[in-house]
Amino acid sequence: MTFARAAATTLALGLALLAGIALAQPTTEITFYYPIAVGGPITRIVDGYAEQFSKEHPSIRVKPVYTGTYQESIVKALTAYRSGEPPTTAILLSTDMFTLIDEDAIVPWDELAKAADEAAWMKAFFPAFMKNSQTGGKTWGIPFQRSTIVLYWNKEIFKEAGLDPNKPPATWAEQVELAKKLTKRDASGNVTRWGVQVPSSGFPYWLFQGFTTQNDVLLMNEAGTQTHFDDPKVIEALQYWVDLSARHKVMAPGVIEWGTTPKDFFEKKTAMMWTTTGNLTNVRNNARFEFGVAMLPAGRHRGSPTGGGNFYVFKKAPAAQQQAAVKFAKWMTSPERAAQWGIDTGYVAVRPDAWQTAAMKKYVADFPAAAVARDQLQYAVAELSTHENQRVTKALNDGLQAALTGAKSPAQAMKDAQAEAERILRPYRR
Amino acid sequence: MRHPVSTPPGRLVETLAAWLLGALWLLPLAYAVWTAFHPREFSARFVPTAPLTLLNFVEAWNAAPFARYLVNTVALVTIILVAQLLLCTLAAYAFARYEFVGRDLAFLLVLVQLMIMPDVLIVENYRMMNRLGLVDTIVAIGLPYMASAFGIFLLRQTFKTVPKELDEAARVEGAGALQTLWKVYVPLARPVYIAYALVSVSYHWNNFLWPLIVTNSVTSRPLTVGLQVFSSTDQGVDWSIITAATLLTSAPLLGAFLLFQRQFVQSFMRAGIR
Amino acid sequence: MNRNLTGWLLLLPAALLLVTFTHYPALGTLYHSLFSTPKAGRAAVWVGLDNYQAMAADPVFWQSLKNNLLFALGTIPTSIALALAMALLVNGKLRGRAFLRLSYFTPTILPMIAVANIWLFFFTPGYGLLEQVTGLFGLPTHNWLGSRDTALACLIAVTIWKEAGFFMIFYLAALQSIAPVLGEAASLEGAGRWYFFRRVTFPLLMPTTLFVLVNAVINSFRLVDHIVVMTRGGPDNASQLLLYYIYDVGFKFWDTAYAAALTMVLLVILAAFALGQFVLLDRRVHYR
Repeated sequence: MTFARAAATTLALGLALLAGIALAQPTTEITFYYPIAVGGPITRIVDGYAEQFSKEHPSIRVKPVYTGTYQESIVKALTAYRSGEPPTTAILLSTDMFTLIDEDAIVPWDELAKAADEAAWMKAFFPAFMKNSQTGGKTWGIPFQRSTIVLYWNKEIFKEAGLDPNKPPATWAEQVELAKKLTKRDASGNVTRWGVQVPSSGFPYWLFQGFTTQNDVLLMNEAGTQTHFDDPKVIEALQYWVDLSARHKVMAPGVIEWGTTPKDFFEKKTAMMWTTTGNLTNVRNNARFEFGVAMLPAGRHRGSPTGGGNFYVFKKAPAAQQQAAVKFAKWMTSPERAAQWGIDTGYVAVRPDAWQTAAMKKYVADFPAAAVARDQLQYAVAELSTHENQRVTKALNDGLQAALTGAKSPAQAMKDAQAEAERILRPYRR
Repeated sequence: MRHPVSTPPGRLVETLAAWLLGALWLLPLAYAVWTAFHPREFSARFVPTAPLTLLNFVEAWNAAPFARYLVNTVALVTIILVAQLLLCTLAAYAFARYEFVGRDLAFLLVLVQLMIMPDVLIVENYRMMNRLGLVDTIVAIGLPYMASAFGIFLLRQTFKTVPKELDEAARVEGAGALQTLWKVYVPLARPVYIAYALVSVSYHWNNFLWPLIVTNSVTSRPLTVGLQVFSSTDQGVDWSIITAATLLTSAPLLGAFLLFQRQFVQSFMRAGIR
Repeated sequence: MNRNLTGWLLLLPAALLLVTFTHYPALGTLYHSLFSTPKAGRAAVWVGLDNYQAMAADPVFWQSLKNNLLFALGTIPTSIALALAMALLVNGKLRGRAFLRLSYFTPTILPMIAVANIWLFFFTPGYGLLEQVTGLFGLPTHNWLGSRDTALACLIAVTIWKEAGFFMIFYLAALQSIAPVLGEAASLEGAGRWYFFRRVTFPLLMPTTLFVLVNAVINSFRLVDHIVVMTRGGPDNASQLLLYYIYDVGFKFWDTAYAAALTMVLLVILAAFALGQFVLLDRRVHYR
């Protein structure tokens, strides 16, 4: 063999060896289910995050799978789990926690995130958001896209009605009083513009929690085994909501569609609306008038439920993938990323230090409305979450809609809802 | 067919009524076209001088992987149609021309599927797909529909009208069962095949609930599921984008129907589906 | 013997799929409805008729059933009558009938899930299309989809709109195969149009009507896509239909046993209708 040949062979073998080593680098691949609940190019943003994460962590590849709304995502995740191939991690409603635990589908993050920096990371979130993320002393969800309800008001209409455009209603009484002045009727007495709009389709329980929290009552216990729908303060809160349309006639009667409420606001069919802070960017882009964002008016005190989705990690996934998921979740909820996500979408950045980043500070200085939801967090309570969550919330939703359409009195509606919830939850109290 | 003559005013009223109904029926599509091509402010009001825009289509296209959904849907309806044509032809041939033990009972059992469609058996069929390990595949969407009682019924009727002499003539020339089927029966049933294909394609292109349940990811999701999953955001209904997405996803079928209207109706006629 | 074998072999592929995805699930539904729902750590146990008892005590079930029957009654006769009217109109010498035929048929091609969003706009209170029209007449605003009395009616309207054009095609095909000589003979004898229709056309269309009827019945239990977008069963189950409730129970509550019991009710209704149709109606149909 000539020297050239030997050299060439050695080189080839050497390259092959190197290639072998490179290929043998284990890449852990994780699947990541995520819903989209706000408008905008969310798929592109999330895909961008996944790519950037993989660049910074070459041994992990994230495969993001867009799975629709929150409702569809939990269905998808559980069907995937039941067919033996769950996603490694998913963003699902914080209230799905008990359902996932009952299905034995998820692993608490404390069992996986044992390193010192990871433990510290789990303590860095707003306590309000951890309320739906922990039970039995364990952390089952990591907050990611969270929100509260806020009040949006049309400053132009306020001016037109002779009201101070920078003073939104601060109490229940003020809400009714201002709404009366803002409701406009035409010559034949038909309403052309309502004073306030609180949607009640799909998931009225969430908005109802605004009223009940403001009335100083909680709807369920922390263990998710007991509901208090027939508490007198709850019925009182429902009566206030029903009265807005039935007695004071400042809100449209019947069930109001959630999906068209922002559009109603843009079309000036209502002067004020209650909706998620996640709509902030949407309202900012589409309202052709000056508008304001405020905390919800106080009943006995201020209050709002939290909402939105947490990161969960699934049981059947192999250990290496679960660890990769921890790294991914930690990276996605770092202060800079949480701040950027909040800016891009309108969600509330989930940790206090995110609000101290330069980008967020500039954003808030530019657009103070963005900080309202964060400031409301001190009055926030956990979103309604129990075992068999979907069933229990359906019982409550049906009752709320019955009361709002006048089919049942608030007291009767809540009594029936409580009876149904009792029936469902009794087996979980043994 | 000529109706007995009616009076002119009667005719006029009739024409007006027909046109009014036609306008009413087209209204949603007209609205979709208006809203998709105009900016968001005009999605709830009709202003003739509003500016046109293609931005909605761009946004809709970027918001979800519609290209992939389209590919999935085309693959889905094709797979289903091919399987249906094959299976139903064979089965109809057996029912029409063969007398075998238990034939009438078997036919009755086939007719059960006319009423009890896979659509109402979602819970059990999902369980079955799970067991077969087929969840989240295009095949899983199509499998329950491939043996179509409607197709078998239709083709059996058609095959029965084929004159026995043709069958015998083919046998005399030495053709086997399948060859006879292919050479004699299938060509004579062409209008039926076309009509059936049209019904099947439009049904499965627009099917929603079962595909929603059985698909999880983008690689198997058809257009209808992709559309719904994209249009029901918590943030609120944006009609400009939804109508743009609707037009994008309905365009193939709509275009095909526009081009082949007459053939469509004619094939129904000749199929004698009545 | 050979023909027996060939017959069964030809039938085999279709039979296999039919049994797997129709007959077996139907029986499976019955079977699973007699057990409890398996949960993590708890296998299914025999409970006999417990699920059915729960169903009888479930007001949402009775509401869905009632709604479904109302829905069927609202959509079936109207869409069939409308389809027939459309076919007659388009079949005659009407100006622009090709265009009319297209507009009547277009709803069938559009996916329900997409047009439901458009109809959502039509029914939106305040600035929705319907409201804009009623506003012109000075009528007060009405929450069409958010009121218990009108929610179901709105869904019925959307379904009729979607279905009539599809049935029209079948009637059109049948009309065009009725011998013209009949019409000529009738006009020679001075028969009025209505008389001709009632005594000649309609009876001759009976097979088509039967076929369309079967389809309409199946669809009234099968079509729930619009609920997903427009009302989600609300307000307070005023627009809840059986199949949508089954989907809720089976895939949102994950209570598969109860969903099976509900599905049994649906199967029994469909089977009863099929039986009724074969026994009663088949006799009154004029075949040629």
